[in-house]
Amino acid sequence: MAKGVKPRVKVPKSAAAGDVVTIKTLISHKMESGQRKDKEGNIIPRSIINRFTCDFVGASQSGNVIDVQLSGAISTNPYFEFEAKVPESGEFKFTWYDDDGSVYETAKSITVA
Amino acid sequence: MTISRREALLVGAGGLVAGAAVALPLPVMAAAEDAIAAFTGGAEMAEGGITLDAPEIAENGNTVPVGFDAPGAVEVAIFALGNPNPEVAVFKFGPMAGSQSAKTRIRLAKTQDVVAVAKMADGSFASARRAVKVTIGGCGG
Repeated sequence: MAKGVKPRVKVPKSAAAGDVVTIKTLISHKMESGQRKDKEGNIIPRSIINRFTCDFVGASQSGNVIDVQLSGAISTNPYFEFEAKVPESGEFKFTWYDDDGSVYETAKSITVA
Repeated sequence: MTISRREALLVGAGGLVAGAAVALPLPVMAAAEDAIAAFTGGAEMAEGGITLDAPEIAENGNTVPVGFDAPGAVEVAIFALGNPNPEVAVFKFGPMAGSQSAKTRIRLAKTQDVVAVAKMADGSFASARRAVKVTIGGCGG
């Protein structure tokens, strides 16, 4: 597992039913592209997050928001900004999949007033 | 897919974009075209239907902010034509997506074109292309 991987997610705390909210996510990860070389000229092996997903889980409605396949061309500390529907109170679940098999997860709840 | 003279002229009329594309070395273009063809299955791509936001000049190729908006798309792939690996990312939108748009930050090795290809719900494809000038490259060293 890569060290110091810390997901950060920004989701509004509340919304009206049917609203579309903007979600911002950032995870600290060096995203070694597999293109760089060390001092001896050896290629540093690729070590990146290769997939990111966001799902909404509510009492009656659940579904995928976004599912992203990442490559070595995504910058260090991968950042994503996208929009999601909020049909009811529930939770947004975020998952990042590392090349080394690690899975990083976080979740944020949202309340429909 | 090859760029015919007619297409090159058409795009050229719209700006300097085609000039930048033609100036790329051929093997690089071929790799990128292959990558795009792998995504579209070789289908024709329409212009329009997707907008791609990228800076005209990126001082640091390590983090170049790009965004797209493709109403009605189910999948959007981003390609950097001048990178060692042209594939950048593929976004799939689920039923809970509020819009078919997203923003992220990418690495660009050098001055090049960035292409976004959207797969629409009806199976057609649309693409948008932006030229980005990179002052400091974002790959290796």
